[in-house]
Amino acid sequence: MSSGNSNRTGTTYIVYGAILAIAVVQVVVALTMGPSLGRMLILAAIQAYLAVMFFMHLRDEKSTLRLALIPGTLFVLVMMNMIWADSFRLIHLRPFAK
Amino acid sequence: MSDANLVLGHTGERGSTVMEERPFVIPSSKLVMWLFIISDACTFGAVLFAYGYIRNSAADWPLVFESASIWNTLLMTFILVSSSLTVLLAVRASQSDNRQAAFRWTMITAAGGILFTLLHLREWMTLIGEGVRPFQNPWGAPLFGAAFFSVTGLHMAHVVGGVVALTVIGVGYRSGRYAARHVEIWALYWHFVDLVWMFVVPLIYLLNMKR
Repeated sequence: MSSGNSNRTGTTYIVYGAILAIAVVQVVVALTMGPSLGRMLILAAIQAYLAVMFFMHLRDEKSTLRLALIPGTLFVLVMMNMIWADSFRLIHLRPFAK
Repeated sequence: MSDANLVLGHTGERGSTVMEERPFVIPSSKLVMWLFIISDACTFGAVLFAYGYIRNSAADWPLVFESASIWNTLLMTFILVSSSLTVLLAVRASQSDNRQAAFRWTMITAAGGILFTLLHLREWMTLIGEGVRPFQNPWGAPLFGAAFFSVTGLHMAHVVGGVVALTVIGVGYRSGRYAARHVEIWALYWHFVDLVWMFVVPLIYLLNMKR
């Protein structure tokens, strides 16, 4: 039991360090390669995965709970993307948002 | 059906107690918090997409944040992620029935939240002092302020709410009013607040860095 607990504690600190490191990488990437939306979102998604699985312990829950929570949420978030086409229409019709 | 998955439920016919299976083998209160989290994630997703829509459709979107703001943002990220760590330590302590340690870690987490809020308010005051308002600013698209203050304000409101909740839970757990599962449930909320910040930083701050 104690070695299991120390493993969990070690994993916690590794994940903590990884999340902070990715935050620094985001700033470095933004400064050196330019802050592209795709790069920023991918790095943020990795941080989110680590936080959800290890800090929120969703990895330790039943797979049915993960199936109940994650796909539906991601589906809703992705479906919001359908609004982007309208923003491109606006920028061509009216250059200044007044 | 294992008895470990059953909890006492409602009273059935002729006064017998009906056993209910816990959904997903977690307490229903924890499931409620997860359902709240996914609904709030969709709320933040909608607000961030609205910000993206406004930004994309404006030809003169201002690039505002200088290095001082970015350093401040990194410091705020460090504080919030560290507070996620401390609330995790509070949960571990509560699961070992160490009430003093759980209270201490919960209060440290709340203090981190207060410090985060103060740093954020300081940044707000700086921008307001430079002339940023919800529907005007000195640099470009008038809706920059509305987008920035609504996204970060909504997040800050969640942080303040979390600080209040953690304080109540920490004090209550130490006095014996609340159980370890209450600490765990509100730790889930705090991790979610941290999770949202991980998307706010690149989308609001890094994409709007001065180049």
